[in-house]
Amino acid sequence: MRVALFVPCYVDQFYPNVAIATLELLEKHGCIVFYPSKQTCCGQPMANSGYEHEAEGCSQLFAENFAGYDYIVCPSGSCTLHIKHHLHTEKNALEEALIRKTVYELCEFMVDVLKVTSIKASFPHKVGMHQSCHGQRGLHLSHMSELNAEPFSKPGSLLEMVKDVELIKLDRIDECCGFGGTFCVAEEAVSAKMGKDRVADHVRHDAEYITGADMSCLMHMEGILKRQNSKTKIIHIAEILNSD
Amino acid sequence: MHSTITNHADAAINFNLDEPRVDWHDKTLWFIREKRDLASHAIPEWEQLREYASQIKNNVLSNLSQYLQDFEEKAKANGVIVHWAADAAEHNQIVHSILKKHQIDRMVKSKSMLTEECGLNEYLEHNGVEVIDTDLGERIVQLAQEPPSHIVLPCIHWKKEEIGELFHKHLGTKKGASDPKYLTAAAREHLRETFLTRRAALTGVNFAIAETGEFVVSTNEGNADMGAHLADVHIACMGIEKIIPKQAHLGVFLRLLARSATGQPITTYSSHFKKPQPHQEVHIVLVDNGRSVHLGKEDFRNSLKCIRCAACMNTCPVYRRSGGHSYHNAVAGPIGSILTPNFDMRANKDLPFASTLCGSCSNVCPVKIDIHDQLYKWRQVLMKEGLGPTTKNASMKMMGWVLSKPALYDISGKAARMVLKYTPFVVSNKLNPWYKQREMPAPPKESFKEWYKKNRG
Repeated sequence: MRVALFVPCYVDQFYPNVAIATLELLEKHGCIVFYPSKQTCCGQPMANSGYEHEAEGCSQLFAENFAGYDYIVCPSGSCTLHIKHHLHTEKNALEEALIRKTVYELCEFMVDVLKVTSIKASFPHKVGMHQSCHGQRGLHLSHMSELNAEPFSKPGSLLEMVKDVELIKLDRIDECCGFGGTFCVAEEAVSAKMGKDRVADHVRHDAEYITGADMSCLMHMEGILKRQNSKTKIIHIAEILNSD
Repeated sequence: MHSTITNHADAAINFNLDEPRVDWHDKTLWFIREKRDLASHAIPEWEQLREYASQIKNNVLSNLSQYLQDFEEKAKANGVIVHWAADAAEHNQIVHSILKKHQIDRMVKSKSMLTEECGLNEYLEHNGVEVIDTDLGERIVQLAQEPPSHIVLPCIHWKKEEIGELFHKHLGTKKGASDPKYLTAAAREHLRETFLTRRAALTGVNFAIAETGEFVVSTNEGNADMGAHLADVHIACMGIEKIIPKQAHLGVFLRLLARSATGQPITTYSSHFKKPQPHQEVHIVLVDNGRSVHLGKEDFRNSLKCIRCAACMNTCPVYRRSGGHSYHNAVAGPIGSILTPNFDMRANKDLPFASTLCGSCSNVCPVKIDIHDQLYKWRQVLMKEGLGPTTKNASMKMMGWVLSKPALYDISGKAARMVLKYTPFVVSNKLNPWYKQREMPAPPKESFKEWYKKNRG
């Protein structure tokens, strides 16, 4: 299985360990992983700000970089969602359709495609699971509290396979952390308040770590935790699943 | 307390100056969201009901002109006088002309977001007509001379102690009294006298039924009934999208409305108005005010399905932490942010950005409006229209260019990490909104791309 590793730009620049963990995790589970080295960014920051039209160069580059693989896997729900819903190029309509169909967020790829049933990892800590909205409500990685439907969680089911991990309960299981891309600076007051409230829920329930499938939300919450000199840390789910 | 700032982010800064109050506001509305969850999760067919409601409303929007004509015909046959208003000004003039004809200069009004949208109270007051709002929450904000902050709970931003102060000043209640029972009783007494002496009553409309020409008003206080039954003239104002085809469809909408709004199975009163009582006149004003233009916008038309339950406001993490007034319109929150740019794109260009696009609004919507997708689409429309700040236009263009060139991306990423490492004061200062309440990420020694080249290349 030829899998292309799609690394979000801010993960590439600021959280390389998340990408390394993703790469190693996929390899452990039998994938032949390629890293198209000319990749940059999916274009989401522009598109969510209303500048889809300025992201065409990014889309074009993305299509060139990621054509021809069986799957494209990304350790971020929101970047994956952007490609799935908004990748748009002037040429390459066929490739584009194929990319939209074969792009997966890491957890959904492990559960739905690799059908992973056991993971050799151990993480003896109290962990709070942050549901990032685009992964959850956009890609349906987990049950959504608003809907009258059976509960499920793809990231949760993977964490349950990890030895000694203790998942804590939260008061609000899937409230947004307030990152929101450029929202985090354009609406700084609300963004920071949302972040503080989200973090407080985890801290109140004794989380040693806050984890999730989207590093952008975790980066925002990390910024707040550090400002508060909190002992609670953030960790991407790939790093937990790869910890042995 | 009421601010006149017309930019959401600035109004939100003000709202957040008092953090304990933000916490209180957030918790009050979250409590209602939780009640909504309990009520909706108790009905196994909930998601099916939402689907039915959505499809019925889609049908309405596709056949609106026919349903409106059917409704007019049936209503007229029932003895109701029907008016058509192209815009807010015409709506206000029609209401005023009805009052003038009857030489009425004092009127009671139950909750109507449409009249808020049209600025009816100000118009009538300017023309010498006194309007008393009879919904308790509306009366409170009216006494405080400010607009409602929420379409279902108009004074949700007021604490009971503050309402006690307000009532002390206006209604002569005991100083320092904050017992809701006592205050409600005082308001009731004050309003009862008003009900008995007013000859005209205006109500909103929740559902107008094309098949029968009747209309339904949902309230918890019975104030719409009280006003309409005691008055000689009943004026009902409705946006043209309030039509539903058949009486049988009410079963779907009434089950969804109150559960979505407050978590009640149904509103205390669902008042059906069909024929005028003897010696009474009933008027219906059908208002367009931009709706037919809105209907023509493919990407945005289905927001006209809205039944004004406000579930999207209660669930919105941004609304709960910025308050209804920060949306500077009669309809606030996520739904307001996709409705108002249809009326005036320029004046409301900030609102589609007052969201993280988390999608909770679309999930609670009882008529399945794709609210967060429309927020995204409005952003594209607004920026394409050139309504973004020049600096943002330039930086996005630059960003798009850099990110489409791998070599440039590598260099600028490296530069950013270097800046953070060696000259953190360049970004970690007051001018950077991120840094105000958050630390910057610690720069790693190399990017993943550099690591990969070294270790796997």
